[in-house]
Amino acid sequence: MSALLALILRDVRLAVRVGGGALMGALFFLIVVVMVPFAIGPDLKLLARIGPAILWLGALLASLLALDRLFATDYEDGSLDLLMTSGMPLELAVAAKAIAHWLTTCLPLVIVTPLLGLMLNIELNAMGVLVLTLAAGTPALTFIGLIGAALSVALRRGGLLLAVLVLPLTVPVLIFGVAAANAAIVGPAPFGPPFTILCALSLASLVLGPIAAAAALRHGLE
Amino acid sequence: MQLSADNLACNRGGRDVFRGLSFSLPGGEALLVTGRNGAGKSSLLRVIAGLVRPSAGQLTLDGGDQEAAIGEQAHYLGHQDALKPSLSVAENLQFWAEFLGSGGDVEPALETVDLARLASLPAAYLSAGQRRRLSLARLVAVKRPLWLLDEPTSALDAASQARLTELMRDHLASGGMIVAAAHGAIGLEHARELKLGPA
Repeated sequence: MSALLALILRDVRLAVRVGGGALMGALFFLIVVVMVPFAIGPDLKLLARIGPAILWLGALLASLLALDRLFATDYEDGSLDLLMTSGMPLELAVAAKAIAHWLTTCLPLVIVTPLLGLMLNIELNAMGVLVLTLAAGTPALTFIGLIGAALSVALRRGGLLLAVLVLPLTVPVLIFGVAAANAAIVGPAPFGPPFTILCALSLASLVLGPIAAAAALRHGLE
Repeated sequence: MQLSADNLACNRGGRDVFRGLSFSLPGGEALLVTGRNGAGKSSLLRVIAGLVRPSAGQLTLDGGDQEAAIGEQAHYLGHQDALKPSLSVAENLQFWAEFLGSGGDVEPALETVDLARLASLPAAYLSAGQRRRLSLARLVAVKRPLWLLDEPTSALDAASQARLTELMRDHLASGGMIVAAAHGAIGLEHARELKLGPA
């Protein structure tokens, strides 16, 4: 258990130090969402209508940003070899790295969402629900992205391959995330069903992501 | 404790790196793996560490923990130092001590490799030799019976090499085993030698 904690702590520390990627995602998210009202113009009704979709798309792209380097740095400096020779199953180790990534990339994004919601004319009482959907759905983005990150190290191709592999897999998360947020904001569909499916997607990827990523790393690094 | 390999083979990218390799290494002894470039020295170490699967043959560690893989009872010191430049010297070692072992105070291990003075310096500012010494400190901080050393003396100055030899002697004296890949002598007189590749 302490080994797991040590790994999460190290990755969080690396992300917040110089050269780390923490807040990068949140900043990118901020810029994307701020640009939208300028592009669309001051149509408050339209902004409120597409607001949740914009926030979710921004979150999706922002969470991909630092994923690329998730295993690449450990691979390059030899840490990955040592992660594999510890007593800890590789599945757990990659899950720990994903948790650290979520804490440093997605959590700041969830926290700044209310601020951005204001710019998109989302009502204050709907903001809580929107934040809730992002908090419930972003773990799925991270853990699905984990598979892509492992594959891009294993196949020694970074960058674009990751986006091409990961983005199609995140479509269900996007659909149910936006559906849940819209249900709460514009109605009339109930909020419950899409939100529970969103939670289910997060939980399923929490289990499957690390297994698939560990398998990809084991095969790729031989 | 004894490490034995039986008819071990390793295939990388469709090419047999080595084949039919058998050796046994009892506790307290060192095995020096030599051979020309590309003979499979590093591959052999990675096979023993469990990072690469052998294409044939078997590896056993008698007298070790039957539940754990050989890699989990071994320290693998590869060409890379597995250090994070933005973490300090002490933080780097502390992390590996906690992750590979049970943590504890890393100060004595840093003393052993003469890096205690630089404990709070970010690893980015270390020289190649100091980085090497910091990764050697890992072997001291966490006790594991088998050391797999790939060119352990690279980048080390004479004084550090002498200290490494001392560390290896201590490890052997306490019943540990060392498998080292090297081009030259590493300072151990009684090491067995395993020559890889065509003579």
